[in-house]
Amino acid sequence: MLRLPRGLYLQMVSHCITGLPDEACGVLAGDPTSGAVARLYPTRNAAASARLYVVDSRDLLQADRDAERNGMQLIGVFHSHTHTDAYPSPTDVDQAPDPGWHYVVVSLRDSHPVVRSYRIGGGRIEEESVVVLGQAAVAVAV
Amino acid sequence: MAVAVDVRLPTVLRSQAGGQSIVTVKASTIGDVLRGLVSEFPGMSGQLLNEDGTLHRFVNVYVNDDDVRYLDSLETPVKEGDEVSLLPAVAGG
Repeated sequence: MLRLPRGLYLQMVSHCITGLPDEACGVLAGDPTSGAVARLYPTRNAAASARLYVVDSRDLLQADRDAERNGMQLIGVFHSHTHTDAYPSPTDVDQAPDPGWHYVVVSLRDSHPVVRSYRIGGGRIEEESVVVLGQAAVAVAV
Repeated sequence: MAVAVDVRLPTVLRSQAGGQSIVTVKASTIGDVLRGLVSEFPGMSGQLLNEDGTLHRFVNVYVNDDDVRYLDSLETPVKEGDEVSLLPAVAGG
């Protein structure tokens, strides 16, 4: 289960919309055991593409260091699908680096954004529930 | 000249290094660092370097704040006090 404070959920969707027409991406930090996201780092898409994303390597390092300084770990990644539904593409499955991570896909295909989350490991995709929590949260830009 | 360099490992590689998050290797270039890691922890071999010895595309390697792909890749020199960090490259479609 992915637990996402409402403020971070809105920031994630907003970053994806701002990135149009390209795919947008970012990483999530928090508690690897509970799946509670405590910080969200919008990053640049180094691929600058509507079909692919590559989390900018320097943004990724800064996010990883910030998470570690705050006693957290990177626990997942989000990216947008601009013209397809919120389901991992074959490329997402091939490149998924960590079976412990949460892979969040934000589809902007329809008039309302659709957010879904998955675990991906060994070529298998398993959807998990996304819970949006009500309280305010800290948002951090890299 | 080879110097002792600290290498920060990502969570996903720590199990290959007996759970350590930082390991020290003797090296004068990033290529030496990665080959040293593979030699000490053979489980990392396919994750850091390709069979032809080039840098694997699914790993990011940094010297201090810089991605070595923007420097001289495996030829990037390391010196006393440098910190090398490895992170999985995060990408998809």
